[in-house]
Amino acid sequence: MAEAASGAHEDETTRRDFIFIAAGAAAAVGAAATVWPFIDQMNPAADTLALSTTEVDLSVVELGQQVRVLWQGKPVFVRHRTPAEIASAQRDDYATLKDPQLDSQRLLQSNGQAGRPEWLVLQASCTHLGCVPTFVEGSAFGGWFCPCHGSDYDTSGRIRRGPAPHNLYVAPYVYMNDTTIRIG
Amino acid sequence: MSGPSTYEPASGFTRWLDKRLPILRLAHDSFVAYPTPRNLNYWWTFGAMLSLCLVVQIVTGVVLAMHYVPHVEHAMDSVQRFRRDVPFGWLIQPMHAVGASMFFIAVYIHMFRGLYYGSYKAPREILWILGCVIYLLMVATAFLGYTLPWGQMSFWGATVITNLLGALPLVGESIKNWLMGGFAIDQPTLNRFFSLHYLLPFVIAGVTVLHVWALHEAGQNNPTGVDVKSKADTVPFTPHATMKDLFAVSLFLILFSVFVFYMPDALGHADNYIPANPLQTPPEIVPEWYLLPFYAILRAFDFNIGPIDSKLAGVLAMFAAIGILFLLPWLDTSRVRSMRYRPIARQFFLIFVVVCVVLGWCGGQNPGRILAKAGPFSATLTWVQGGQVVEAPVSASSEGGFDQAAAAVEQQLRGQGATLTAVRREGATQGVVRGVVGGAEQTRTVRGETADAVEAEITTVRAEVGAAAPFFIVERRVPPTFTVTNLSQVMTAYYFLFFLLILPILGLRETPGRVPDTIAKPVTDGKAQGAA
Repeated sequence: MAEAASGAHEDETTRRDFIFIAAGAAAAVGAAATVWPFIDQMNPAADTLALSTTEVDLSVVELGQQVRVLWQGKPVFVRHRTPAEIASAQRDDYATLKDPQLDSQRLLQSNGQAGRPEWLVLQASCTHLGCVPTFVEGSAFGGWFCPCHGSDYDTSGRIRRGPAPHNLYVAPYVYMNDTTIRIG
Repeated sequence: MSGPSTYEPASGFTRWLDKRLPILRLAHDSFVAYPTPRNLNYWWTFGAMLSLCLVVQIVTGVVLAMHYVPHVEHAMDSVQRFRRDVPFGWLIQPMHAVGASMFFIAVYIHMFRGLYYGSYKAPREILWILGCVIYLLMVATAFLGYTLPWGQMSFWGATVITNLLGALPLVGESIKNWLMGGFAIDQPTLNRFFSLHYLLPFVIAGVTVLHVWALHEAGQNNPTGVDVKSKADTVPFTPHATMKDLFAVSLFLILFSVFVFYMPDALGHADNYIPANPLQTPPEIVPEWYLLPFYAILRAFDFNIGPIDSKLAGVLAMFAAIGILFLLPWLDTSRVRSMRYRPIARQFFLIFVVVCVVLGWCGGQNPGRILAKAGPFSATLTWVQGGQVVEAPVSASSEGGFDQAAAAVEQQLRGQGATLTAVRREGATQGVVRGVVGGAEQTRTVRGETADAVEAEITTVRAEVGAAAPFFIVERRVPPTFTVTNLSQVMTAYYFLFFLLILPILGLRETPGRVPDTIAKPVTDGKAQGAA
């Protein structure tokens, strides 16, 4: 009977064509909806997302030292800069920079308020391929040096030499009080 | 190729089985009666070695998984415990680790064989592409597996590779976090890498079945690249190919055993015995040896190409280096299969092999290492002995006018008799010009083999001159150098040119060598001669 119908109206769109397309479309949507949970399960889980802030007590960091803390599993530098380092960072605001940024911009808190020049909070991943730069050692600019491919950062964490395309990213942070910051 | 089946069940049971599941017929037709060209050389035995490698990796891997704990705090300990405390762990763990390297040695020879004898040409395109898929899966599996011991190289290798995906525009960051299951390589990453590392070898096994199926459909290529003309040009797979394969496999197993028993760690990196530490990067991050050529291609791109930044360019080039293999059947325009009869292509092929080896060497080196330079690094220091320092502030009316204002102040100081001046910018519009009046101007030039050596010399001179000179003008001169990165760039260029330019053009222009009549024409009239 189906043959008879299609023979009679060969060029016409039949009810059956509509049903085929509708059923195919519904199956495609159904397949996508079934596959999606199996893909999405690989995204960061709720407990991983919940660990998204870290608090740091600044009073334990001596002048001229830095601490490395883990934030979202990634290392973050909190550096207590000396007046000489601050001066050097500000002086170089107008040096030839690959990724020009003022030192004061790099100190901004995540709520938009100005930071304090003695505390620099940076993500400790080289913007080249994610290695952790060393503290001062090897750096011709007194900042950080990446041992992997030789990227050299100044005392403001700006890229000065080497393959990295960007400055060390500033970690989002705010001051909770005078001696505590919250990262994230 | 195989023709009608010649299997004849010998017993009542096999006759009964053959009517229901002709599996013995399939095995007989595929591995006993299957005709192989009688002129195959030993380069054709690597398929057997690769099958063995896959079996070894799966068997040892399943055993390792019985003892392995996919947890960031226990992974390394569990591998070490397996190796030290579990009966025969000392044997099975190195078999798996060394086996990965052996697998790649065999697959690289197998691939170069296919390249040289034109085994990718019609009608074997699908066979070749399936082989490329297997290779890609092998790379992925090896990378995932290297992460599992959770040593420093595991951790940082995984970090570098997942960061590569982050270089993709727009979606890069999301894909990266999706793959890692967090914001850094951590427990979720280790867990899923373990799961996928267990899964992929079975996918490889599946694609291998397709690969062998495609091989048996098209028939084997042979060193002459000329299709077999008749049954007389072939011999049955068993015993001819099986015995030859077994002999080659025995030699391969000797090499395998030398590593397993005498130097199980020689092919790995010592740093992978240091437990993973997210806060400390090892001095150098290098992949396992078999991925070094691709690592070199990745790092060869230290320059931006228009809107594509260097990092993304490197990533694209690295994937393209494998991707281009998939297109090879259509890039090579030559109608002659075997390079035995392509005298010019043969030279380019040999260079290509050398290029791949050199790329591998480059991948293991520090990219900044200088291989050759036109002269020494040098610097000229100019200072004034015993002068009077004068300072003058610069205050420009706008940010853009600073240079002009500073030049004016410099001119003014020079007018006062200053012999040396230097500008230091201290803000958008503020700065200081310092100069020295009087005294005797002196210069000294220092040389060194590296930029760092020159810097050390400069420091020495400064200390020597000391307080007598308030400031120095240092002029550094860097000679033209040729680094490992430059070498990688040349080699990468050849790698791509070989596929994109040399093979397509050469195939149309080259005059092939003459194929002897004894090969080009059937001489036996289809009758087998001599003992097969």
